[in-house]
Amino acid sequence: MLRLPVIKLTAGLQNGRIPVARLHITSSKLQQELVEVFIDDKPVQVPPGTTVLQAAAKVGVEIPRFCYHERLAVAGNCRMCLVEIEKQIKPVAACAMPVMKGWRVKTNSDLTRKAREGVMEFLLVNHPLDCPICDQGGECDLQDQSMAFGSDRSRFVDINYTGKRAVEDKDIGPLIKTIMTRCIHCTRCIRFASEVAGIDDLGTTGRGNDMQVGTYVEKMFLSELSGNIIDLCPVGALTSKPYAFVARPWETRRTDSIDVLDAVGSNIVISHRTNEVLRILPREINEEWLSDKARFSCDGLKRQRLITPMIKINGKLEAVEWEDALVATARAIQDIAPNKCAAIAGKLVDAEALVALKDLVNRLGGEVLATEQSFPKEGAGIDIRSNYVLNNTIAAVEEADVVLLIGTNPRYEAPLVNTRLRKGYIHGEQTIGLIGPNVDLTYDYEVSIKPDNTLHLGQSADIVTQLRNGTHSFSNTLKSAKKPLIILGVDQLTRKDGAKILSETQLLAQALGENTKAPEEWKVLNILHTRASQVAALDVGYSSTVEEVKEQQPKVLFLLGADDANIKREDFPNTCIIYIGSHGDEGASIADVILPGAAYTEKVATYVNTEGRSQQTCAAITPPGMARPDWKIIRALSEICGVRLPYDDLAEVRSRLEEIAPHLVRYGVVESANYFAQALELSKQVPGCLSSNPLEVKQETLDQFFMTDAISRASQTMAKCVQAVIKQRESNL
Amino acid sequence: MQTLYSPNTLIIYLTSRDFNLIARMLEDYILQAFLPQINYLLYHRDSEVDNPSIPFEFNEANKKRIEALLKIYPEGHKRGAMIPLLDLAQRQHGWLPISAMHKVAEILNVPRMRVYEVATFYTMFNRRPMGKYHVQICTCTPCWLRDSDSIVEAVTKATNCKVGEMSADKLFTVSEVECLGACANAPMFQVNDDYYNYNEDLTPETATTIINALKKGERPPPGPQNSPRFAADPASGLTSLTSPPPGPGFGVRSDL
Repeated sequence: MLRLPVIKLTAGLQNGRIPVARLHITSSKLQQELVEVFIDDKPVQVPPGTTVLQAAAKVGVEIPRFCYHERLAVAGNCRMCLVEIEKQIKPVAACAMPVMKGWRVKTNSDLTRKAREGVMEFLLVNHPLDCPICDQGGECDLQDQSMAFGSDRSRFVDINYTGKRAVEDKDIGPLIKTIMTRCIHCTRCIRFASEVAGIDDLGTTGRGNDMQVGTYVEKMFLSELSGNIIDLCPVGALTSKPYAFVARPWETRRTDSIDVLDAVGSNIVISHRTNEVLRILPREINEEWLSDKARFSCDGLKRQRLITPMIKINGKLEAVEWEDALVATARAIQDIAPNKCAAIAGKLVDAEALVALKDLVNRLGGEVLATEQSFPKEGAGIDIRSNYVLNNTIAAVEEADVVLLIGTNPRYEAPLVNTRLRKGYIHGEQTIGLIGPNVDLTYDYEVSIKPDNTLHLGQSADIVTQLRNGTHSFSNTLKSAKKPLIILGVDQLTRKDGAKILSETQLLAQALGENTKAPEEWKVLNILHTRASQVAALDVGYSSTVEEVKEQQPKVLFLLGADDANIKREDFPNTCIIYIGSHGDEGASIADVILPGAAYTEKVATYVNTEGRSQQTCAAITPPGMARPDWKIIRALSEICGVRLPYDDLAEVRSRLEEIAPHLVRYGVVESANYFAQALELSKQVPGCLSSNPLEVKQETLDQFFMTDAISRASQTMAKCVQAVIKQRESNL
Repeated sequence: MQTLYSPNTLIIYLTSRDFNLIARMLEDYILQAFLPQINYLLYHRDSEVDNPSIPFEFNEANKKRIEALLKIYPEGHKRGAMIPLLDLAQRQHGWLPISAMHKVAEILNVPRMRVYEVATFYTMFNRRPMGKYHVQICTCTPCWLRDSDSIVEAVTKATNCKVGEMSADKLFTVSEVECLGACANAPMFQVNDDYYNYNEDLTPETATTIINALKKGERPPPGPQNSPRFAADPASGLTSLTSPPPGPGFGVRSDL
């Protein structure tokens, strides 16, 4: 068990592993106690407890390291960071040694250099010389550091002896390729698995020269964050299976972008070459982590793509030219009666396309603009933004001391929010309660000593009411919280009593907010979205539900990437369905006209994440075939229909975005929502009562995590993951 | 050739000085001493006798011991009882199957991997079926200099069992081990874990005799085999401590 409260409190600033604890210490206190040390004769003032390595980083001196990672616990076992400290006989490991007053650290002395060369020599004596066929080549810490800090010549003369240390490769799933002979035993992957991912399946077996990193038994690394150990591995022991032997890092071009496969909006780097996305890596923003779906489903961008416009001719979709498709669409739209035109927006749609389609439908006299996932209209509905965003921001989740999760499984709905919760749980004494099915959140079953530490409250919605009334056993914990946080899963709002759940949650949040002494900017009420497009859609006014579209029976229905709307052809017997989107999935299969759009790696587009932060993707590659960015398709269509939309390029679309909702173009900034009191007043008028049905979540187990949208459903890698998880479940290991 | 990095470079070092014979002996020593054990040390493969679907349960006596053991460790540090529990499991079952590790993980409420780590780290946890008698022959330097190789040969011949393996009659497992701390009586081996079962000052003949006695179910007297030597006494009789120890007050001033 990682969570040891006593150690945590006393350890304080021992090392870099307790960032949360560090936040609680006031900066003024720190300033009083600064100690002065000298790194290569450069003076630096640091708080006590800072390690030599961190102090050196502060003056821009980088000490080489393999095992040290700032987001993981300090292990101190690679010895690469040895440095000389004046008046000390032996070199010390900089990553684990807290500085003392007046220390003079020499990071480039003869002793330091000799120590590094020695460590490097020992590492290389057992490391295979297979850089030419190693996937890590070009981005390998061992390569780089042996060039920079290793000896300039080898004493290894045993070139003919074949008995160099060799280790059996492990099979830990379809995502991670292991070549364990290359392992240098830094244990970063083990620490990540147990600290961040919460899956204690990796460890060291054996001892001494025969020590191995692995799983001991044959077992898949069952984590939604497993891909991160590929990034963490400083050598080529853990590499990406789908990316194996594909490209060298210097051949690829990198484009900074945003992930859209969940609503977190993780910042990513798209690695691409010759108009092909090769892999996706995280940027430093999301604590350097990325979920497996975001990382590995990029092969879905090459499969099942719609590459030409299509029209249904004699019941069969035929590929046609853009002109024909647009003219056919315009013909269907021609002379349409007012309010006979509707649109449903899917989960991967960008704000530009949403606005363009809204403008087009409005100009055609339609008012029904729906999102696949309905949002209750009773109460304040979507009029007040605090109703539907994660008000308190994702980064602040870890600061909460009591968290109440209502009908959500953040582990799969938003893996990077879950890592924050786990971090708060391990390092910050967070108490977490969950109303909903008993799912594995990685910090639930970990509580080995007191199984009731993470309280599984029950599955019924009226527990929210009980918590407010104080009739539930958890309500005291919740009320005594200094920084309480409620995270409501947005899926619950699609229930019939969704408005009531929201209203009850708002009442509870307000009661807690008044009760606590949390700072004013602390927001108790948070809604966790699962769809990248949803917040932007609600922001620009997509207020209808799919049910309303079905009732209305429009003559023309636009499906904007709507593949999960759960609609059938039979629901719309006399409707012309126009599908605009990138993948041939559910939506395209029932369409009369298909207009091929661009996926998120192929367009510059705006997305708003669950906390209300507007971010933009960048076009890494061009759309395949005749596919075009979605808003351009809509713009072209509008011209042929005779209701020309007044924007010709991206800048003009964005100024239209700004007209509707200015925050949509303030990229990177969280536009904080407000009017909590007003939203609450309106929600008090919500009629009805809570249904007795238990709260369900859509993604309960890992196999349900991998394929949730058109892109990941088209991905072979994701399909392999699902199979592997199901296979592993049958095993008794 | 200058620095001795590993046993492998050591061989080259010697070969270069034409100590071919010693080199070969050393190489054999390395291969015999390490390879059989390494192979089974580091990962688990399901087999008929060792797989997770075979249930493992502590017996009643051991359950009481476990209860007592767990009381030693404070709340939050129960995993400290891991080695005692694994040891109990091994004593009960004769060796340590994977189900026993899982049971220990379950009792201590720790991830299974943490138990695997401990069980693989300590060489005295045997994670494969063991014979009734575990004959551990010391082949470390002092014993080796006193020709422990001949003991290995004699034992493997008498038990009809290779080093690192179990004999067909399931009576013996023979392994080569590092120093067992009886260098004064080298060469030696240890049978099972009774500390006094050292059978020291062996010759190939006495080794064979001991094995044959074990086969009959006897328990040969432990200690040096070349009587009348007692324990680690000098072979030629005592050279010091020959008189009885002086009593209390010895050498103290009479007025005190």
